Amino acid sequence: MESLLAIVVGILAASAVYLMMARSMMRFLFGLMLLSNAANLSIFVAGRLTEGAAPLIEDGAEAPAGAVANALPQALVLTAIVIGFGLFAFALVLVWRAWTILGTLEADDMRIAEPKDPA
Amino acid sequence: MSWILALPIAIPFATAVLAFLLRHGPVGRLISIGGAALLLGATLVLLTEVVEHGVIAAQMGGWSAPFGITLVADRLSAAMALITAIIALTVSVFAMGEIGEEAESLGYHALFQVLIAGVTGAFLTGDLFNLYVWFEVMLIASFGLLVMGGSPAQIDGGVKYVALNLISTVMFLTGIGILYGMTGTLNLADLASATDTVDQGLLTVVAMMFMVAFGVKAAVFPLFFWLPASYHTPAFATSAVFAGLLTKVGVYALIRMFTLVFDNDQAFTHTILLWVAALTMVVGVLGAAAQSDMRRILSFHIVSQIGYMVMGLALMTPLALIGAVFYLLHHIVVKANLFLIAGVADRITGGTELSRIGGLYATAPLLALLFLIPAFSLAGFPPLSGFWAKYILVRAALEVEAWVLAAVALAVGLLTIYSMTKIWAGAFWSPHPDGRDPSLAQLAPATRAASVWPIATLAVVTVLIGLFPQPFYAFSEAAAADLLDPTAYITAVLGAPT
Repeated sequence: MESLLAIVVGILAASAVYLMMARSMMRFLFGLMLLSNAANLSIFVAGRLTEGAAPLIEDGAEAPAGAVANALPQALVLTAIVIGFGLFAFALVLVWRAWTILGTLEADDMRIAEPKDPA
Repeated sequence: MSWILALPIAIPFATAVLAFLLRHGPVGRLISIGGAALLLGATLVLLTEVVEHGVIAAQMGGWSAPFGITLVADRLSAAMALITAIIALTVSVFAMGEIGEEAESLGYHALFQVLIAGVTGAFLTGDLFNLYVWFEVMLIASFGLLVMGGSPAQIDGGVKYVALNLISTVMFLTGIGILYGMTGTLNLADLASATDTVDQGLLTVVAMMFMVAFGVKAAVFPLFFWLPASYHTPAFATSAVFAGLLTKVGVYALIRMFTLVFDNDQAFTHTILLWVAALTMVVGVLGAAAQSDMRRILSFHIVSQIGYMVMGLALMTPLALIGAVFYLLHHIVVKANLFLIAGVADRITGGTELSRIGGLYATAPLLALLFLIPAFSLAGFPPLSGFWAKYILVRAALEVEAWVLAAVALAVGLLTIYSMTKIWAGAFWSPHPDGRDPSLAQLAPATRAASVWPIATLAVVTVLIGLFPQPFYAFSEAAAADLLDPTAYITAVLGAPT
């Protein structure tokens, strides 16, 4: 299962890099979203997968009996998803503003802050 | 006394909430200043505690390390928190004279305080994932501050800033994932020993991911392009706090990770850092030479100066680390001050483009004097703080016979003087092209006081470090010793080894 997910992470990362190479900011953003999902998935896999064993501790016991799923990476991924969602929402609004103000989303044409020929 | 560790994070957050609730009207800015003053007090207490009792650590929520989230302060962290408070206080006073009511009612002060909380959090955390969270807190607040106002240049610069910083974030996150998979821990003190027993080749790969992630934040060559694209666009108070603090959090993270965790393959990682440092210095200063706008020149100089700090880390000798710590502390003060001065120059001359302004020396001699102090300090003139910082680093390079690196550092210092002279000639020496007589008297008395006092305060700090370098050197020496031998740090977090 781990190797399957590792391959998925690789495919996601590869498609993300392909998209991020594009000059259009929209494609770049979609690539970024894929890449952050690849990162989340890789944290999840890094905690090793245990199928069908919820990390629950019996009443009165100090530690779970037998091997259970690792809860920590899930907590980490949850945090990362929430943060990533917020950042992506901001980036999307920013790009939308850029499109309405600058009239383009081609990275080559976005030169207002850095004019080619400073007058 | 471990609650003192949480205060520098809790105070700005509480201030942010209050400032947001009272954002309409003049109370918000006073709350922001009050919060920053409280923060200054708290970080002073923290620093004295650390100097007297050594490294202190606190486990949040009562979960013992390495399972819970640890806050930890050694000398470097505590000093960085104190400097952050100084910048927060001076910039929030400066903001009184610059930030208009519209930006205030959008929540400028709240965002500013959240940014400060993110910065102090990043300095004081002892947990890698927690560091990621503080980076994000800092990042999202800086996004808001950067585009506040919404001018086309801001949006344009903002897109590049956001895009490149998000790549760094994802890289950081992936690195955390793989490191956790290898070691099973994310506590920095625990990682220090856990990394000794894992596959060293893979560990170096992860180290490189962290180097790229923090390298983007620190704006080192070749990852710095977001910085000069965006730092000249927002309000001056905003760009001053960015210039002073944000890249330095990246440098701090590099220093922390590459002395504590990734110190296993120094022949490889620190050699790369050495190249990065030299190229960052050179490319930054050459970029500045090609610019004609005051803030863009200063932005490229941030990049160039970051090279000096990374150079200290890359050499990794006791003296070099002393230099890196000293440089960090001195640079934050000087750089924030130069951006504040650019703000005043902009207000009274009508711009920062050097060909369109001038005449400040004749009509605003006080501002001219206040500019010369940080400008000469940046270039490394004795007896200002930058001279000692550069002196220590160049000496450290000579000690290990890194002749080329020492020569590069000295040559970049010379070129820095060239840039500072360009600003001096353009904004201060030459007459104003429109025949204006820019003087501080044009500003309303309250605005003038709010603009000049922060600049003067930071200039005094620069002069004090320059005239009495000995205590600062001794402090940096102790901080560097903590970095080279992290036993005290590890013991404070995990308890004495059994």
